[in-house]
Formats: sequence, C-alpha cells, structure tokens
Amino acid sequence: MIVAARIFFVGGLTSFRALFYWLTPWIYVPTMLVAPIFQILLFAYIGRSAGLASDKFFLIGNALQYAAIPCLFAMAQAIGGERYQNTLSAILVSPAPRIPLFFGRSLPVVLNGAFVAAFALFTGSLVLRVHLPTSSLAPLLLIVLIAAFSCTGLGLVNAALSLRIRENAVLSNVIFGFLLIFTGANVPLDDLPDWMSTAAQGMPFTHAIEAARQVADGASLSDVRGLIGAELLVGAIYGVAGYLLVRWFETLSRRHASLERS
Amino acid sequence: MSTFRFVRVSWQLQFKMIMRSPFDGIGNVIYPLFFATTAFFVFRAGTSPRTLIYASLGAAVMGMWSSVSTSAGSAMQRERWWGTLELLVTAPRHFALILFPSTLGLASVGIYNLAATLLWGRFAFGIPLTIEHPLQFGLSVVATVLAFAGLGLLFAVSFVRFRAAWVLGNFFEYPVWLICGFLVPLALLPTWVHPIAWVLAPTWGMNAIRESALGGTPLPDLLLCLGLGAVYVVGAVLVTNRVLDDARARGSLSLT
Repeated sequence: MIVAARIFFVGGLTSFRALFYWLTPWIYVPTMLVAPIFQILLFAYIGRSAGLASDKFFLIGNALQYAAIPCLFAMAQAIGGERYQNTLSAILVSPAPRIPLFFGRSLPVVLNGAFVAAFALFTGSLVLRVHLPTSSLAPLLLIVLIAAFSCTGLGLVNAALSLRIRENAVLSNVIFGFLLIFTGANVPLDDLPDWMSTAAQGMPFTHAIEAARQVADGASLSDVRGLIGAELLVGAIYGVAGYLLVRWFETLSRRHASLERS
Repeated sequence: MSTFRFVRVSWQLQFKMIMRSPFDGIGNVIYPLFFATTAFFVFRAGTSPRTLIYASLGAAVMGMWSSVSTSAGSAMQRERWWGTLELLVTAPRHFALILFPSTLGLASVGIYNLAATLLWGRFAFGIPLTIEHPLQFGLSVVATVLAFAGLGLLFAVSFVRFRAAWVLGNFFEYPVWLICGFLVPLALLPTWVHPIAWVLAPTWGMNAIRESALGGTPLPDLLLCLGLGAVYVVGAVLVTNRVLDDARARGSLSLT
C-alpha cells in the first residue's frame, strides 16, 4: 500500500517534473496564462458582435474549456514523452503496479489544469469586468477542479493513443476543437443540433460549465450537485477507459515490438 | 539563377515539405475550422444583423493567419535544429531571401485554409459562396498571402534569439484574430486597439477580401496590405543583418 502511494504521489510528481523540464516561465506564461485570456476575449467580443450572450457566459465557458490544453497535452506528454526520451520501456518493464503508475501521473496534470482554468476565470473576470459573487468563488474553484479531473480522464485516453500514433499534438488539437464546439462553452446547447447536444452529455466540461454558470448566477453547490455528479462520472468513465486502453496498447506494443517506434 | 526563379523553386520545395507535415499540412488546416464552426454557430444563434457570410469570410482569413503564425515564428529555429542554418547563412544569397520561401509556403497553405473554410461554411451551414468581384477577390487573396509571408518572415528572424520561438508564434494567433476585424468589427474594440490594428497587414487583407467578396471597393485596402507587407520584408532584412552580425561575433549561430 505504501509502495503504491509512493508511486502515485512521488512517482507522479517526479515524472511530471522530469517530462516538463522545458516548461519554463517563458513558455508557461504565454501558453497557459495569457492565451486563455485572449480566447475569452475573442469569444466575448464575437458574442457581442453576434448579439448572442453576455460576457459572463463566454468567460465561464472558455475559462473552463481552456483547461483542455494542459490536461490533453500534458497527459499525452506523460506517456508519449517517456517514449520520446527512451524511458518508456524501462518504466513498463518495471514491476510497479500500473494503476498508481499511470494515475499518479495524472494528479499534477489535474492540479495544473485547474490552476490554469481558475487563473483564466478570475483574471478574465477582471479584464471583462464581470462580477462573480464572493460566495460563488469557493464553489467555482471546486467545479474547476472537477472539470480538470474530467478532462484529464479524456487526456488519459489521448495518452493511450499516443502509444499508437506519432502526431499526438494534432490529435490533441482536434480533441480541443471538438470540446470547443460541443460543450456549450460558446454556443448554448439548445442552439446546437440535437445530435451534438446529446453527444455533449458524454464529454468533459459540458456539465461543469453549466454548473459554473448556475453557481455564478447565485445557485448553491447543492443546487448543481446533479451536474457535478455527472461531470465526475464522465471523467471517471474516461479515466477507466484510458487506463484500459493504455494497458491494451502496452500489450500490443510488446507483441509487435513497437514500443520505441516514434 | 534569377531571384524570381530562386524564390519559386525554394517555395515549391518548402510547400511540399509543409504539405507532408501532419502538423503544418493537416493540423493547421483543421484547427482553425473548429473555431470557424464555433463562430458560425454563434452568429447563427445570435440576433445581430451581421450575416453568416461575414463570419465565413472572417473565419476563412483566420485560418490563413493560423497557418503562418503558428509555424513561421520558428522557421529559422527549424533550420537550426536540422543543422542546415550555417549552410544557408553562408550561401551567396541574402539569408532573408532564403528564408522568405519558407514563410511564403506557410502563407500559401492559407489559401487551402481559406477554400476549406468557405466550402465548409457552404456545405455544412448553407452559407452562400457569392463573390461579387472575382478578379479583385483573387488579387486580394494573393496580396494577403504575400503580406502574411512578409509578417511571418519578420517573426522568423525576430524570434530567433528565443529558444521557445514556437510559443511566440502561437501567442500571436488569438490577438490577431481578435483585433484585425476577422469576426469582430474594429468599432466594437477599445479605441486604443485601433492603431495597433492599422499597422497589421491582416486588418487590410481582411478588409480587401471582404470588400471584394461583398461588392465594395477593395483597392485601397489591397494596396495598404501590400505596402505593409513590403515594410515587414524591409524590417525583416534589417533584423536579419543585425541578428547574423551578432551571431557571427558571438559564435552563437548554432546554439539552441
């Protein structure tokens, strides 16, 4: 049990620091802290131009949805990066239990994703002068954390796929794009075609964004517990699916000797 | 070899390489389409009198800019990683002229972006593809591509001191989308933003394309776009000279 906990916490943190040694402030600040503000501004102004919804609508939608960048890319890097640095085979040949090994790598990703989204939300609210009630701040932080957890589950699926495909950056961008359209970050689900709003129910962020909007409008956490539960469930399903995919692709990679193919 | 032929042959080579790159040839085309699709939905659901064709043209030029901004910034860095930078610098041609086909190739992919977005809007959203002045529209697209290539060249040589040049390229994607009037009229933005937009060729390229497509007078915008593109190229030549002199003096050309 202690070994598993060490692998989960210490191993996860160590691998995150090792794989993201290049993530200096020169890279982190523009990509993780400034870019989401511009995404929020872009869609807030598009919204004003189109006469669709308030700045608050776009602020919350885009701040949460931008957590997809750290969650998708970092999880892919957590697996694909090991392969790139020729350390993946050393890890997979070890007797370390796989659940703490892979999920431990996701914990720093969740925390980083939540920080990015929270920073975007609160900085964006200052830039756009959107008032978020003080009483909503703590519930919003919790929802942001759950949204990051949910997307990291999808990120684990993305990471598994990076064992089979070379261009994971393209795939991550494509997933990010689908989340941008489907999750209600910018377009109310009622205004999307039925099949899209139905598909959105199974995607990360959809329920978290709706919950965050309701909380920002004065609802309590208990009012949105159904949405939060749904978001957690979506994240858990993706997480389990991602883990199973990683194990399956690990087996395939051993069978076809394709582990180091990059 | 004439300068024109040199640029043409180099452009062909660069274009082939870009089209075989999953990131530049596929990713950079698909990625802006997601933003275009979102914008189409927003405009379709909104109450503004602005039409979907307004959004379609804007989203199309967004795609053109994406193909340049994300990769042009690191064009010189890439040569450094490939180990070809020293060879290119010592070639008898001016280095800016050698690098220009690379950013021109990226800007040319923008034409593919433009067509893909307009066709996507036509077939997925039923946005009419009506071009009032086809000749002027074509000229506006070419002028915009050239100006984007000039701006990309300026990015490429200006960012070479930064190891993370690709980050700076990415960084300029959203701001230009926002302030150059692609989907948001300049009048909606704060007045202090307007002068910044005026010195950016994408603003005038967008105006020229929109005016020619919707039946206005694109010529002044087209000339401004080309003029600014020429200014960027001159600026890039000056920066190149400075960067190369400095790199030779410090022996830092191949440092990453």
